[in-house]
Amino acid sequence: MNKGIVVTGMGIISALGNSVAENFSALTAGKTGLSYPEFFQTNHSNLPVGEVKFSNEELAGKLNLHEDHIFTRATLFGTIAAKQAIFQASLSKDDLKETGFISGTSVGGMDATEKYYQEYEEKTGQRRFIQAQHPGFTTSQIASYLKLGGYVTTISTACSSSANAIMLGARLIKTGKLKRVVVGGTDCLTKFTLNGFNSLMILSEEFCKAFDDSRNGLNLGEGAAYLVLEADDVLNGKPVLGRILGYGNANDAFHQTASSETGQGAFLAIKKALEIAGLPPEKIDYINAHGTATKNNDLSESTAFLRIFGENVPDFSSTKAFTGHTLAASGGMEAVFSLLALQNDQIFPNLNFEIPMRETGLKPVSELKKKKLLHILSNSFGFGGNCTSLIFSKNEE
Amino acid sequence: MSDLRTELKQSIIEQLNLEELELADIDNDQPLFGDGLGLDSIDVLELIVMLEKDYGIKLTDPEQGKEIFASIDKMAEFIEANRTK
Amino acid sequence: MKNKRLYINGISSISAQLGNEVFEGIVTTYHQNIIPAVSQNYKEFIEPMALRRMSRGIKMGITAAKIALNEAGINKPEAIITGTGEGCKQDTDKFLEAILNQDEKLLTPTAFIQSTHNTIGGQLAQNLDCTGYNVTYTQNSASFESALIDVQLLFLEQPDLNSVLVGGVDELSEKTTLFMFLDKQLKEKEISNLDLLIKDSPGTITSEGAHFFSISTEKSDKTYAELIDVLVFHAKTSEDVSEKILKWLQLNNYTIQDIDLVILGNNGDNRFDYFYHHLQNGLFSEKAQLAYKHLTGDYKTVSGYAFWLACKLFKTGSTPEILKLNAVTCQNPKIILIYNQYLGENHSIMILNSN
Repeated sequence: MNKGIVVTGMGIISALGNSVAENFSALTAGKTGLSYPEFFQTNHSNLPVGEVKFSNEELAGKLNLHEDHIFTRATLFGTIAAKQAIFQASLSKDDLKETGFISGTSVGGMDATEKYYQEYEEKTGQRRFIQAQHPGFTTSQIASYLKLGGYVTTISTACSSSANAIMLGARLIKTGKLKRVVVGGTDCLTKFTLNGFNSLMILSEEFCKAFDDSRNGLNLGEGAAYLVLEADDVLNGKPVLGRILGYGNANDAFHQTASSETGQGAFLAIKKALEIAGLPPEKIDYINAHGTATKNNDLSESTAFLRIFGENVPDFSSTKAFTGHTLAASGGMEAVFSLLALQNDQIFPNLNFEIPMRETGLKPVSELKKKKLLHILSNSFGFGGNCTSLIFSKNEE
Repeated sequence: MSDLRTELKQSIIEQLNLEELELADIDNDQPLFGDGLGLDSIDVLELIVMLEKDYGIKLTDPEQGKEIFASIDKMAEFIEANRTK
Repeated sequence: MKNKRLYINGISSISAQLGNEVFEGIVTTYHQNIIPAVSQNYKEFIEPMALRRMSRGIKMGITAAKIALNEAGINKPEAIITGTGEGCKQDTDKFLEAILNQDEKLLTPTAFIQSTHNTIGGQLAQNLDCTGYNVTYTQNSASFESALIDVQLLFLEQPDLNSVLVGGVDELSEKTTLFMFLDKQLKEKEISNLDLLIKDSPGTITSEGAHFFSISTEKSDKTYAELIDVLVFHAKTSEDVSEKILKWLQLNNYTIQDIDLVILGNNGDNRFDYFYHHLQNGLFSEKAQLAYKHLTGDYKTVSGYAFWLACKLFKTGSTPEILKLNAVTCQNPKIILIYNQYLGENHSIMILNSN
């Protein structure tokens, strides 16, 4: 029987706070982390963002980094979050030597690149950040700091990156390639992504309203989240936070940035996840939707829901109005939120929702809801048609 | 052919990387999207920026784009009516 | 779980060298440290309305992918796994420069859309109408190897899978590649590529390319080779590397005696080539040793060329002189080991078996 892959640790830093507890507190209080750019320098200061309210200096201080460090913002986030997860999982120094690290990121060290791009040629002072631009560097820095000695790799599939990282980690354990792996992702706010999304005209000047008929775009966010996954035979009685029962990855093969009307990629990814989990659709108690609040995604995703669940679409909500859309980190963050939901039998609300979409009439859960939860579906869909769905399940003794 | 229409054809060829095309290849009333020239939603966004940059017209809803940019004639009409540059 | 036997049935290479010419003794020489790939007839493989937006990396990737698939007789693979170390740099440079020069105003989306690392994988999916598993790995010089590891996993989990497309792509760009030079990753002075491995100086030369492969559990008379295993690992010292190789060979039921020929990633950087020299003088001293980066330059997914080379060596049975690092010869190699690292990081080994 498919027992699923064990989760023994989680860590997160987001606009909601710098720990799982702080994030949980905000989620249950319905308190958004959206605000306006404070540390992040941009001319578009009117656009709401899910900014982590720590400067790079403060974050580097938490990690005791020396002045000449090469930790870009996403690296700082990733190290802090992964460290929390490793701590919770009580991994020893010896454990770490064989523990893998799979991390998702879309921007890598772009925050440093955009800062120093115009000075690299004339000045030498910041050239140590040149290698930091590329995603693999971020991952290697985190792995090195945390002394993770197993297989290390980076996935960059835009907004589904960390969901794919979690999926890969689960598969590596299931096939016996690894006993332990830290999985998740990190991204920070950059001019590159903010202006990129703005040029696509899919950013909202308001706090986003996922699945609402009058939704008009997303808000970007930043942060990192990681899980520790372990094989059953190395647990030694450790507390289990939950299990990854299913996972599915499919490509929409439709358009580079827009999702197909039929939500084909989403439909296939969800279907595959259910197959791996060995669950019929009706066993899903809650969906943590991708729900970016763009006209396109929410309609496409809803269409996929109707195709899979028919008339019985389970309770669903998007938590992106809490954290903003954290791009590559979103899958990891929503994994943490899904596990918190399972542990506490609570569904976190889809903030700012008022009117259901005229095409579907579907209503997300808009207030904190107590409900016994056994299986949660979490979706992450990215540019390039990359769709990934994960199923988290309560650990049944 | 009015200057504006020629200007627009030149802009489209440059902006949208249609290097293989000559000005004469685009008819004034030819549909630019779908089966016509084959432009897509990304091109709409490119043209929206061009509208603001060259003619001072700011479009906030990309959905309007497909109608306004339906053909060179339609584009020229819209610009003539709304330009601030 | 035991690995399924995986066969490489279609291959392709776009690099600074022209196709198969190296096997005819023809080598293109350059006197520059940043070498563009040889241009291809991209129009043959990509329709104009899509082509117009594509940077060289995407064009190379799609073309190489189609060539490999055609060779293997596959219309639509069931999964597409791509590796790229630095992604679509040309569009990244373009969009970033527009942001900085225009003060975040009047920005157009095409360069942004085309800049994400998974654009190649995404475009391939669209082009081939493939809705299957699709992931992009970006682990610097282990990106291609990471993609291969995922291929192995896929076949392990789904024994009924027919074929998977896997490949690596990296492109040059004006600014970001210049930054490599400023970061002292490249030779300070321009050299002839053929002198790369005899100069005693830091840095290397760089280039771009795309290498794609169609992999299946079905063997045919088109099959080039069998993929035995891939490993990506940490190593602090060259002794670590030797130890790792031996341990891993053992895991795959091989001894060092079984290896006929090794393809090494020597890139002329005297700060890091010692990793290769140690193996050349030690573990591999009695093996036929080949190098290739003097032909292709070094870039994050260049080990794809080594993979392609191994496949070609199995098929042709003989080894072009220009690749040889030592005097040990090997006709008709049976087992080839490929080892690579870059700047002392992301060490990797790949083993292939002749068909």
